[in-house]
Formats: sequence, structure tokens, C-alpha cells
Amino acid sequence: MYTRKRNLWKSIDWITILFYAMMVIAGWFSICGASYEFDNTNLFNLAARPGLQLLWIGLSVGLIFIIMMLDKDFFDIFAYLIYFIIILLLIATIFLAPEIKGSRSWLVLGPIRLQPAEFAKFATALAVAKFMSQYNFKLNTFKNFIITLLLIFLPVICILLQKETGSALVYLAFFLVLYREGMSGKVLLIGFCAVLFFVTNMKFSEATVGITPIGELLVTIMILVITTLLTLSAGAKKYFMYSICGITAFAFLSGYLISLLIPVNFFWIGMGIILLLCCYLFYEAIHSWTMKYALIAFFALSSLLFLFSIEYVFNNVLEPHQQVRIKVSLGLEDDPSGAGYNVNQSKIAIGSGGMTGKGFLNGTQTKLKYVPEQDTDFIFCTVGEEQGFIGSSLVIILFGAFIVRLILLAERQETDFARIYGYSVASIFLFHLIINIGMVLGLTPVIGIPLPFFSYGGSSLWGFTFLLFIFLRLDSLRKER
Amino acid sequence: MENNTKHNFSNRHFTLIFSIVGVVLIFIIRLFYLQVIDNDYKVWADNNAFLNKTLYPSRGLIYDRNGKLLVYNQPAYDVMLIMREVETFDTLDFCNVLGITKEIFLRRIEEIKDRRLNPGYSSYVPQVFMNQLSAQEYGALQEKLYKFPGFYIQNRTIREYEYPYAAHVLGGVGQVNRKDMEKDKYYVQGDNSGRTGIERSYEKILRGKKGVEILLRDAHGRVKGRYEDGRHDQAPVSGKNLTLSIDIDLQAYGEQLMKNKIGGIVMIEPSTGEVLCIVSSPTFDPGILVGRQRGKNHNILEKDPNKPLYGRAFMASYPPGSTFKPAQGLVFLQEKVITPQTMYTCVHGYPLRNGKPGCHWHPSPLNLISALATSCNSYFCWGLHDMLDSRKRYPNVQTAFEVWKNHIVSMGYGHKLGIDLPGENRGFIPNSKTYDKVYGKRWNSNTIISISIGQGEILTSPLQICNLAATVANRGYFITPHVVKKIQDLTIDSLYIRKRRTTIDLGYYDIIAEGMRAAVTSGTCHAAALLNIEVCGKTGTVENPRGKDHSVFMGFAPYDNPKVAISVFVENAGFGATYAVPIGKLMLEKYLTGTISETNKYTEDYIINTIITPTNVY
Repeated sequence: MYTRKRNLWKSIDWITILFYAMMVIAGWFSICGASYEFDNTNLFNLAARPGLQLLWIGLSVGLIFIIMMLDKDFFDIFAYLIYFIIILLLIATIFLAPEIKGSRSWLVLGPIRLQPAEFAKFATALAVAKFMSQYNFKLNTFKNFIITLLLIFLPVICILLQKETGSALVYLAFFLVLYREGMSGKVLLIGFCAVLFFVTNMKFSEATVGITPIGELLVTIMILVITTLLTLSAGAKKYFMYSICGITAFAFLSGYLISLLIPVNFFWIGMGIILLLCCYLFYEAIHSWTMKYALIAFFALSSLLFLFSIEYVFNNVLEPHQQVRIKVSLGLEDDPSGAGYNVNQSKIAIGSGGMTGKGFLNGTQTKLKYVPEQDTDFIFCTVGEEQGFIGSSLVIILFGAFIVRLILLAERQETDFARIYGYSVASIFLFHLIINIGMVLGLTPVIGIPLPFFSYGGSSLWGFTFLLFIFLRLDSLRKER
Repeated sequence: MENNTKHNFSNRHFTLIFSIVGVVLIFIIRLFYLQVIDNDYKVWADNNAFLNKTLYPSRGLIYDRNGKLLVYNQPAYDVMLIMREVETFDTLDFCNVLGITKEIFLRRIEEIKDRRLNPGYSSYVPQVFMNQLSAQEYGALQEKLYKFPGFYIQNRTIREYEYPYAAHVLGGVGQVNRKDMEKDKYYVQGDNSGRTGIERSYEKILRGKKGVEILLRDAHGRVKGRYEDGRHDQAPVSGKNLTLSIDIDLQAYGEQLMKNKIGGIVMIEPSTGEVLCIVSSPTFDPGILVGRQRGKNHNILEKDPNKPLYGRAFMASYPPGSTFKPAQGLVFLQEKVITPQTMYTCVHGYPLRNGKPGCHWHPSPLNLISALATSCNSYFCWGLHDMLDSRKRYPNVQTAFEVWKNHIVSMGYGHKLGIDLPGENRGFIPNSKTYDKVYGKRWNSNTIISISIGQGEILTSPLQICNLAATVANRGYFITPHVVKKIQDLTIDSLYIRKRRTTIDLGYYDIIAEGMRAAVTSGTCHAAALLNIEVCGKTGTVENPRGKDHSVFMGFAPYDNPKVAISVFVENAGFGATYAVPIGKLMLEKYLTGTISETNKYTEDYIINTIITPTNVY
């Protein structure tokens, strides 16, 4: 017993724990600022959020010790069981949870309120890691791929039924894990392109210059660039790039000259070039009898098709309230009482921080509750307002370094189980970072997910603590063996 | 096998790390833009969080020369609104409380939002919806205010007048307009500033300095406390009190005498230039031009054909008539055109122009003192003739006239004297070019003979006439007339302390004073004589081509060490001796003895009860 404890002490990754401690402490200070009450200035009062958060932090430390004390193979053995229990809990939640703020995701047991969705993340990560670490596992077989997707999407469906869209979207992070474990990069590329094209097109859907719709033109240019890059990476000859650049420049220049006389829709010019490029690719495919050129042409054509279908689906398939929701999320429509208001106030709060910030507990915007959800999803506003550019940049760098550290840890794992689990942890944190900070800065759509370790809430803090420390426990086994 | 899979894809972790670095960079760039480059967010944040509550200072009080309070402040209440905080409410109820119609309500809201009328408009900043509620209206509204989110009550003060006199001196306070706000950033919509009188000329001293209380309010507009415990608040600074040189009792008496007459009385203490009273008639009660009645009453006064808003005593200019003769005499003496012994003949008129202008009967020939005493027209015609038409002194008539003009201007004519009241009339003194334009170069004293007796092109204000009397009383200098004697904690402008010398040698003034004394003892002005007081005076009858002549009097008393100079101007009252002289006498007696003697009671009654119907309105 004694030796094991000493080994654990030595083999645990203290750098990550240092990151963890820094974020939790910084998070607590932010919550103090965000939930400041003018009538109650005692930060340690258990009736107010700073005091409660301190309690949750204390309990997390206990949780960490329990995780560290568990047997080295505990998580490997019980991965499926934990997953199963959590899924049952999620399903039960759909029916048992009362409606709070439009969602049914909170289980209320007397004074305690739990959000099982926060704990489903590590359970899913465990199950996925367990399944993918089977001996001689190949992700590329149809059966394996489908089962992996099922493991991921089962909790997603449950959480969607609880009307917690934000938490459900987090599971998209697992595609990064799949990518690392051998899923074709094309899937990521296609997914990325689809989101990029959709957002770009929607964002500029109203804007036109002359008769050219800007959204469509931008997407066309993106398709052209990506297709060209793909063709180059597929081994096209050097003159290919010169000619495509030359043709594009020539076409747009003549388009511009003509537009002085009669209105020209530049979108059609861009599309013409893409079609021309496809013709060339098909020619090359037949000429050299290689499939890849045909596939690239196929990508370009389906991208165009996707572009056309966006408008159609948006205008003819979606309900008006869904259209509004998407538009507001993308910041297209001003909705002073809804998401648009949040983002605007959040930008004001952050922007007013300036270079060095207003100082701890001196933020007027956050202290006066201008930003809704400012101690949970919009907690970063407080950092921005009170700590300024320097403080908030440091927090972002801290997060980035933390995730990079997790990836490096994952890479050094000797078992597939630990590595895959590690990647899941890193991906989930990365997804939270991108969406949460992006939302607060007005860069990404408003999707209500917490900023790990900063946002107020026991469930969220414990969920992330579980997620992280199970990985640190697995990592510590590396040297124990 | 394990190693195999691992090695196949392990370089993919670089892709992930690169994307993390990319995301971090994008976020930091975005943060830099929001926090360091773009300043708009800071302004918005302040608009969000700070409620700047203006604390209005109390306006300076105004006292008369004997320390009697004339103007003070009364609390009044403005209804303010912050457009952004207005929610749906019972408009009808609101209108009923304030006693307005819904149309007025809607129009007022439109006016507030219109940036052309209200350049400082912001939906975050309190705007004046309605000003100067009475205490009752305030009470009724205060009770229901919770029902009307976005509406507030701002405490302010309005002017209150102790006496219904001296309206043209005291002036009034009214709401600032767009021009004022553009000219002086101190003002915002709904502020008051002095519009007329000393309220206007001493605005910056009377208004004090607005203070501000910075309150923090949350997203729902609720005030949560003071910003940094009020460290950035500024207390209002009260306006400074003014003590006027006006004697309010004398002013009241003057207004009483001038009742139902048109004209003005100015009295100056010669040794200080302090204006003791400055009566313009008709006048009005300054108390009717405050509060919400201001607009309505102002309109009525504006439409009155006798123009009560017009402060004739310093805003109007008339030909001075014979009161100009002392000035003429001074110029002639200074230029050695005459000596005190010079005699001129008078044949019931000016001989060189076949008896025109005419003159009344008196011994002839006569010297300057007698000419002043009898107000002989011919004497001054001769004087002007000798000055302008003799080529011994000046090469041509233009040069001669310029010399004459410069002397006259040095006595305070033709330009604003610089009294501390807005709207002073500068009068008019022609120069040689004026006549060159009309007559070519071919003109002489005969062409312009009427200016020798204060007619023709010459225009002066009653204030300027009084100033001449003060200069003679001082025997050669005057101090710019002013109505403010003292400013709390400050000294008055050096302009109102400095002696202003004329271009006339001091010695000549004794002769003129002697002439003016003679006018009272044995001349046209004998009606101004007072028991035991050596009054000096000069009458004037101003020919009025459009109606009955104006009656003028100027004088000072006593002869030695004069205490007071006076001018009286009564429009359409005929001979100077009939109205202006008795009014002047009563005013002098009132000021110098404090009462009206029994012998003069009859005159007093007679003057007060006379109504001089205006046949001509300036």
C-alpha cells in the first residue's frame, strides 16, 4: 500500500494539475465578479454563488482523491457499466426532470440539483475508448464505425430530448478522436466545409454588390480555392496552378470591365470557373485513369449543389421560428431580448475592459448584470472586463497550453484505451473552448455550453474534474507498471 | 499490432496542436480588436451602467442697493424621461395627471426624439418632458410615478420676484434653445438661462455650476448605488449673488410716475456711474414671465402695440432736442469758437436762415450761460455756423465736422456706453461722410443747421442723455453707467470703475453747469426748482414730425458735489417743461430727500393721473 501511494505521488502529471488548479482559482475569482451582489459583499457566504462554488471546489478535491485511490484497472473494467448507468440516468432525466429555463436536464433530489449530461461526457469517452481499444480494432470496417457512432450518438439523442442542444453538440468533438484514430480526414474536411459554407452563405445572405450576391460569391471562391489545393495535393503539374490563377484573374477582370457597361453577376463567373475546373479534372481522371481527380471534381460539384440547397432548405423547409433562431445565432438578426442581446452586451462588457481591465470586482457591466448568464455560459465577460486584454489573453493561452499538454500526454500513453480516452478529453475541452469563447466574442453562434472550470456550477465542475482526473489516473499507470 | 496502429496516425496530433494554436491566436486577435482598438464598446458600457443625475445649483440672488431682496428661487419640478426605459403604460392616466391631451403628449415625444430640435438627444439620457410643475401637480404625479416607468422628477428652481418692478433691468430666465446649446456646451435641453436683462448679461455668474451624481444602474434600470461611493460626484456650485445699484423704491416711484405714459427715466450717481433707477414705460410685472406661463404671457406682451418688453430707457433712441445744447456749448468752448463772453443775436429765430429755426422771446444778444438758461436756438446755430463755415480754423467743412463729431462721441454719444444690460441702443452721430453722401461736397452749417439744436440726424438714448448730465455734474468725466454694484466674492468689471475723460478741457464744464443752474433759477427749467436743493437742468422739446413733440429733461443736483444726474423722456408730451421737468423734479426730490414735500403733492397727483395717449409708437 505504501509503495503504491508513493508511486502515485511521483507518477502523477503535476503540470496538468497545476493548470487545473490555476483555472479553478481564476474561475472562482471570475464568479466573484460575475455574481457580485450590492447588498451582500461577503465572498464566502454559502447562500451566494462565490461561497457555493468554493464548496463545489472543495468537494471536487475530495472527488480527485477518490478517483486516484481507485484500482488501476477500474475504469477499463467498468467502462461499459458506467456508460450504461449514465445512459439510464439520462433517459430517466427526460421523464423526471422539471422544466428549468426551457430544458429538462436537471435532476432534483431535495436540495441537490444534478445535470447528468455533464457526467455523460466522461462515460461516453470511457465507452468509446474501451470499444476502440479492442485487440486488432480497425475503425475502417463498416460494423466498427457504426457501433462507434452509436456509442457517441446514444447520449446525444438523450440530451437532445432533454432540449439541451448545446451539450449535445459537444459530442461532435469525438470526430477529432476518430480522426486521430484513423478516420479519413475527408470526413472532417467535408464536415468543416459544410459548416463553413453554410455559415458564410447565411451571414452574407442579404448582402449584394450590384447584382452579385456576396454570400454565394464568397462560398464559390472558397470552393475554388479548396478544390485547387486538393488538386495540387493530388499531384497536379505545376502549370496547373498558374493557369487556374490566370484564368480566374482574367475572368474576374473582364467581368469587372463588362460590369461598367451592364450589370454582371460575379457569382456566375466563379461558378463557370469551377465547372471548367471540373471538366479538366474529369479529363485528367479519364486520361490518367486515376479515381482521385474524379473524386475532387465530385467534391466541387456537390459543394455547389450544397450551396444551392442551403437557400432552398432554409427558405422552404425550416419553420419561420427556426429560421429566426439560426439567424439570431449567427448575429444576422437583431433580437435585443434574445441571443443578439447577450452577444452585444457581452462584447460591450469585454470591450470596456481595455488593455488592463477595471480590476477585480470593479467591472460595472458584469456587476450590474448587463450580461445574462454571466456567471455560467458568459463567464468570460467578467474576465474580459475586470482583467482586460492582458488577463483574458492569459486565460486563453492557459487553456490552449492545457489542451496541448493533454494531447502530448495522450500521445505518450502506452495503451490504446488511455490514448483514446485522453484524446476524447482534449477534444471535449477544445470544443468547449472554441464554442464558448467564440460565442462570447461574437465569433461563433450562440450555443449555451459552459467554459470548463470557469462557469459556475457543481455539475459542470465535477463533470470536467471526472473527465480530467480519470485521464490523469490512467496516465499515472504508465509509470506504475 | 498496437504499435502499428499508433504509428500510422500519430503524426495527426500535430494537426490538432496546430489548430489549437490557430484558435488561440484568432481569439487573442479578436480580443485585441474588442478591447484595445475599438473604443465604441467603452462608451456603450458607460451609457449602460452610469446614470448621470444632474444636480442643479441654485441661481444667484439679486438685491437692490439698500440690500432689499429682489429676486430669489422657488422649488419647481420637471418631468424627465429616459426614452430607453419607457415601457407601455396608461397614457391617458398620465395625461390626466399632468393636465395635457394625448396629442400634446405625442407631439412632445416627437419633439424630444427630433435631433434637429434636440441635438443632444440620446435614449439613455434623461430628457425634459415637461418643465416647472407646480407643487400640486408634482404631488399628484409623485403618487403615481411608479406606474410610469422611465419617467422621473427632477428638482429645479424657478425665479420668484419680490417686487413687480424693474422688469427691464432684472430680465427673465427661460429655457435654452438650440443655438444656446451649440454655443455653450454647458447647456442641455431643458436647462434655463437668462434671456433678458441682467439675468442674461450676468448669466455665467448667476447660474453657478451644475453638479453631477453618478449612479450605477443594472440591466433593469434599477439604481444599485453610487459609483465608487460618490468619489466622482461633483457637488453643484451655487450662483453668485448680485447687488444692484438700483434703488428699488426709487425705481417703483419712477414707474408709478410714468404710468400711462411712454418713455423713460434714468438716474445715475455721477461719482460712481451707478444707475439708481432706469424706468422704461410701459412696463410689466417680471413675475408673470416665469414657469409655464412664461410663453403665454410673453406672447401677450409681445403683441401689445405699446411694446412693454422694449426697455426704452436704454434700448430706444430719440433726437435729444435742446438737451444736446450743453454738449454743443462744450465743443464750441473747447474749439475756441466762442468764449463765455461771446454774444450772439437772436431775432425770434436764426437770422442767417430767415428766422429758422425759430426761437421764443428772450433778451438779445446773449452769452452762452443765458443761451442755455433760455434755451436759445439761434445761439447754437451761430456757434455751429462759426465752427463749420469759418475757414480760419479748419481747411474745409469736412475736417471741421470731424472735429465736432469726435468731441461729441467722446461724451458717450453715437456708440454704446457699455451698460451691463443687453440690447443697449448706440444712438447715432453723423460724420462728414454721411453728409457728403447726401449733399456731395457742397454743404455747410446751413445745410445741417438742425443738428445744432439736437434735431436732424442725431439720435441718443435717454441713458446717453443722463450720462451727459452726469458728466457735467462731474465737471468733465463719467464712469460707464452700470446696474450691478457688487458681485458676491468677485469684483465688478474695471470698466465700471474707471473714469472716462472726454476731449473737453475740465474748466469748460463749470460754465455749462452754471448755464444749467441758470435754466432752473431763471430760465426754461424753473419748474424743476426745489427748496434748499440747487437743481441744475436743461429742458428739451423734441420736434416730432409724426405727432406731438416729445418732452425731455436732463439735470443734476445739487449744483456743488452733485449726488444724482437724471434724464426724463416722455413721448408725445409736448414742451419739456410740461411733463419731463416736473417728473424730473419729483424724482430728484424723492431721491435726495426721501419724500415729496407738501408743495409738490399737487404736481405728483397731476403727473400720476395724466394719461398721455400715444399718437405715435416707436
